[in-house]
Amino acid sequence: MAVDPNTNYTNAALRVGDVDPYPQRLVGEFIGTVVANTAVNDEYKLVVLKVHPHALTAYAGQMFHLLCPSPDGAEVWMRRPMSVYRVDKANGRIEFLYKTEGRGTRGMATLKPGDDFNIAGPLGHGFTLEPSWRNIVVLGRGVGLATLAPLSQLAAEHKVGVTAILSARNPGVVMSRDLFEGLGAKTVTVLDSDGSSAVENVEKILEGLIAENKADAFFTCGSNRLLKLMQRLGKKHDIPGQVAMEQIMVCGFGACYVCVRTFEVDGKRILRRVCREGPVFNMQEAVGW
Amino acid sequence: MVDLSVQIGAITLQNPVQPASGAFSWEYNDVIDLNRLGALVAKTICREPRLGNPTPRMAETEAGIIQSIGLPGKGIDYFIAHIVPEYAKFTPPLVVSVSSESIEDFAALAEELSVPDVDVIEANISCPTRNASGGNFAMHETYTRDCITAMRAKTKKPLWVKLSPNAGDIVSIARAAEDAGADALVIANTFLSLKIRTDNFRPALGNKFGGLVSPALKPIVLRMVYQVAKQVKIPIIGIGGVTKAEDVVEYMLAGASAVGIGYAGFRNPTALITIIDDLAAWCDARGIKKVTELIGAVRDQDMETDTLVAASAGV
Repeated sequence: MAVDPNTNYTNAALRVGDVDPYPQRLVGEFIGTVVANTAVNDEYKLVVLKVHPHALTAYAGQMFHLLCPSPDGAEVWMRRPMSVYRVDKANGRIEFLYKTEGRGTRGMATLKPGDDFNIAGPLGHGFTLEPSWRNIVVLGRGVGLATLAPLSQLAAEHKVGVTAILSARNPGVVMSRDLFEGLGAKTVTVLDSDGSSAVENVEKILEGLIAENKADAFFTCGSNRLLKLMQRLGKKHDIPGQVAMEQIMVCGFGACYVCVRTFEVDGKRILRRVCREGPVFNMQEAVGW
Repeated sequence: MVDLSVQIGAITLQNPVQPASGAFSWEYNDVIDLNRLGALVAKTICREPRLGNPTPRMAETEAGIIQSIGLPGKGIDYFIAHIVPEYAKFTPPLVVSVSSESIEDFAALAEELSVPDVDVIEANISCPTRNASGGNFAMHETYTRDCITAMRAKTKKPLWVKLSPNAGDIVSIARAAEDAGADALVIANTFLSLKIRTDNFRPALGNKFGGLVSPALKPIVLRMVYQVAKQVKIPIIGIGGVTKAEDVVEYMLAGASAVGIGYAGFRNPTALITIIDDLAAWCDARGIKKVTELIGAVRDQDMETDTLVAASAGV
């Protein structure tokens, strides 16, 4: 019989309704209950979990470490880090938008309403907004847009205007447009299928926003060439920026040093842990891949 | 309520459950109460700052993960000035793992680490991934003896020696460490391993080789603990595949006085707390007053049995 990934090795994970013995702790191990797990298009699914209120402290850009069920009967040995797509405090829910790709996400795709799903978090440092910023530009591609999406919520709370440039292969896989627009963001969709996602065109759009004073800060995730573009324009116009990075991760707490990436600070290359110093970093210090 | 405390030489642990070096840091305080643990075990520290090995540093296999980190760290001075004080905020003893490439430096590091807030020095003479060939002192009886002798001469702190499961004859190496003055043996580090991707024909880890971390290690390391325990007098900390309280019991029956845990804490950040609670409940349910009653209590004295007699017994 398959091992239940939610209960083996621990009985200290918090379910909805459990008394939290350590409410002051930053991170918890939680067993959420799947409310829905539905396809949003051909490639992406959205899983909605009912969780213990402690988990709802997560903010934009933070991650949870997901103990994915097995898609194939063989063990999935490690958790998968994934940024939060939406925190729904009113309903006690947390959402993850994912592309069904590797064994972990294929296992996630098998989750059904009522199933348990063990998540540890929230982990890391997410996005931050400076009080002086009135308008920000969010530029993302593919599943990177799932990471950027909660910025719309954060910006709306701070009354900061958002322009979201959503890059995708074709109109069928544009992510998060409704979420951004629903919270008052202006969106621009650029596609591979009509050539509008070319770096030169995105650069023109960004230059236009800068000229209109709509770009007090840049945010990006999910594309190396878009990161490079924003770094270049950010340097040229002195616009600060933040980038969310990913890396293969094991512990999630800074102990194991598996999830390191390279950064350049004051001309010197260093390593930082995505789980601890990230996953959101100063855009200008990130060395792309 | 069972007394879970165990003695490792001069050090008393409130319970026999501790994290394994490299799988733990004070940062786990974000999710669990570190004061519940038997000991705090810091990641291996080296003299100079090190970046560690190229990524990817972890890959999943059919039977566990392999990982190759390469001992990254900010060096001994930073460690003593900034990391030791982080651990000193908590009550369990602090075990500091240390590594080097020379015997002289191992000894010098032991001396420098002999500061008040460090309770135990763990000689990591067995890191399988500090260089690509996987070589380390714990592969050889002579190097082990010389290294521990040199460290022993430079520190009065309890000195634990972490052995390699990759050595051909771990019992001889364990004896060499004991003869050289080790206060306890930590058995064992990870198993040197390799994964090659069939999609691009490349080794899955940036360092090629990695150490296998998995519940699958338990029967192999348990065998090593059992064999070594029969031949040495100093306490043993068993590390390999512990995921539940019964695994702690099994290691103690084989002769270990305590266990270290890596993988289970990766999978379930709260696992160590559950294992401590379950160990107490397991002992209470059986009327065991002191967990130390389990140490070496395996019932194997009558097992030199005639095959025909054995095969006639009930199952």
